[in-house]
Amino acid sequence: MKGYNEAFQDIPGTVVFDATQSRLGYHLNQFCMSLMKADNRAAFKAGERAYLERWPMTEEQRQAVLDRDYNRMIALGGNIYFLAKIGATDGFSFQNLASKMTGVPEDEYKAMMVAGGRPIEGNRSKTGKAK
Amino acid sequence: MATIVGSVMTSHVPSIGNAIAKHRENDPYWKPFFDGYPPVRAWLDRVKPDVAVVFYQDHGLNFFLDKMPTFAVGAAPEYRNADEGWGIPTVKPVKGDPALSWHIIESLVADEFDITMCQEMKVDHALTLPLALMWPGGGDWPVRVVPITMNHVQHPLPSPKRSYRLGESVGRAIASWKEDVRVLVMGTGGLSHQLDGQRAGFINKPFDLMCMDALVDDPKKLTRYSALDLVREAGAQGTELMAWMAARAALPGRVTKVHSHYHVPISNTAGGLLALQNDGAALARAA
Ligand SMILES: [Fe+2]
Repeated sequence: MKGYNEAFQDIPGTVVFDATQSRLGYHLNQFCMSLMKADNRAAFKAGERAYLERWPMTEEQRQAVLDRDYNRMIALGGNIYFLAKIGATDGFSFQNLASKMTGVPEDEYKAMMVAGGRPIEGNRSKTGKAK
Repeated sequence: MATIVGSVMTSHVPSIGNAIAKHRENDPYWKPFFDGYPPVRAWLDRVKPDVAVVFYQDHGLNFFLDKMPTFAVGAAPEYRNADEGWGIPTVKPVKGDPALSWHIIESLVADEFDITMCQEMKVDHALTLPLALMWPGGGDWPVRVVPITMNHVQHPLPSPKRSYRLGESVGRAIASWKEDVRVLVMGTGGLSHQLDGQRAGFINKPFDLMCMDALVDDPKKLTRYSALDLVREAGAQGTELMAWMAARAALPGRVTKVHSHYHVPISNTAGGLLALQNDGAALARAA
């Protein structure tokens, strides 16, 4: 059987949340889960670095959170369902996060969605093997 | 004996919760989405289900990466929603039907589905928003629920084929339930969408429409896809299609399409709605 992670490598612009990612990001995602409590959201906003020190994350992961670099957080094992709690704590929607991750202004991203979204053509397969 | 009245499958995007709370149903952005629902509500008023068995994924309110069941069945007398940390309002609790839940659990395990059993369970927007779309207005929910969660967070996910078989088994369990209750089977999530990475905003309308057609007349056709195929064709979070497949699989005989609706976008997602009447139940009522 082909490795699970390997099997997903062919999909463009996508990091599949598999064992590799989940093991990397366990504590980063735990930190995100803490933001489901209003008190914790307030504590995080009051002192982000001190709050992040409470979780045994890597320094790289902490920096990615402080920078709100969502692509980096995903590369380091963050899962979008959990990372979105950081976005909501900042007062941002999923669409705002998507505009950050795709590197286009939010209004441009929204216009793309209203026009039907990002199409499958050109976005199915890196190698072109998948039909 | 219990009767399955039919299936309703719908998207459950969190921003729907904000649109409802802020009364934006008639805003130009939201109207084309919300306009899909009145015909389904009218049908539900006619068939009057007592219980909704709901297939969906929990997005981290009840289950986290510490313990992630592939399939779990709720057996609680009441299910509460809570702060998901996504800035969406919480909704009132939903009553359960523990006797039916345990009957489904016993049937599934007898059928060799090794599910997780939960006598306490929080329910997230994937259960509450579809209820709010079917029964708007904020009054008491007219149905009790049996939540059945499917893991779409942490790969490896169950396969579409396994999800379909789970739905078939749940359908058999409901059909063998001794109580005289009317059951609606729901599947929530999807349709195509991707929230993360450089491919965020991905939508595959031809694939979605093909699936919605297949779910009416030839649902087994969709079981040939793998979870990887769904990530590629429907987007990283489009794997929620499996909840639709399970809900459809619970109807074993002929079905009639009550209504379908498709609108892009709601936020990052293709909004889909499909309601199917179970013809077997409709015939039994006419006789
Ligand atoms: Fe979802």
